[in-house]
Amino acid sequence: MMEIKKIVEILNAKIVGCKEIEDKNVEYGFSSDLMSDVLTLREDNILLITGLANIQSIRTAELSDIKAIVLVRNKKPNEAMIQMAKESNIALILCNYSMFKTSGLLFQNGLTPIY
Amino acid sequence: MNLEFPVEKGDFTKAGEVSSQIKRTLKKLNVPSGVIKKVVVALFEAEVNVIAHSFGGTITCSIEPKYIKIIVIDTGPGIQDLGLAMTEGYSTASQEIQEIGYGAGMGLPNIKKNSDDLDIYTKAGDHTEITMGFKIENEE
Repeated sequence: MMEIKKIVEILNAKIVGCKEIEDKNVEYGFSSDLMSDVLTLREDNILLITGLANIQSIRTAELSDIKAIVLVRNKKPNEAMIQMAKESNIALILCNYSMFKTSGLLFQNGLTPIY
Repeated sequence: MNLEFPVEKGDFTKAGEVSSQIKRTLKKLNVPSGVIKKVVVALFEAEVNVIAHSFGGTITCSIEPKYIKIIVIDTGPGIQDLGLAMTEGYSTASQEIQEIGYGAGMGLPNIKKNSDDLDIYTKAGDHTEITMGFKIENEE
């Protein structure tokens, strides 16, 4: 388990969307730009790490009960994404690192892979 | 309770809107969260399929105390080879669809994985009708 605010700290990142859930925990990390693969996951409490900065990443998270998304490679969400994240109680974590570095740091700090 | 929603072809900005509405309804009805997740994932896959591959269609959802039935019916053009379409990784999705994160050939296999009952009618040159059923079993 890892607190969302600890993830923000480790990644030297910024949180937008639903900021109120920074005290909540996530258990697993999953890195993918392919939302089709995200939809195959059965686990709960997943942190999604993605470079896909469009409305579909938020929609996929909402429908898969994912509460936090790290947007890597310095991708910037548009207003529609931030709005949808707020409405769906999803934290959007904006990070300048690559997906590889982001995943590596979080793994090193104890976030569990799904498989 | 019966709900019906139209789905337009090609409009990916709306992909997931129907699934999202049905998710909210199921939550209000206190359907167990594990059941909601299965319904919503299967339905979302089907919704994306209608938008990506068909001429448009309709989603109907009937909710009973112990069972949820969802029928996704489009107006064509039907699936060329259903056996192939049921194979994980096989996809006829366009580059545009893949760029927004879908079209990895997991849709129909994932629908099968998440539904308790599944019936697919399709014929090339005709239309596709997917009926999926979900048992509502209370979680421990």
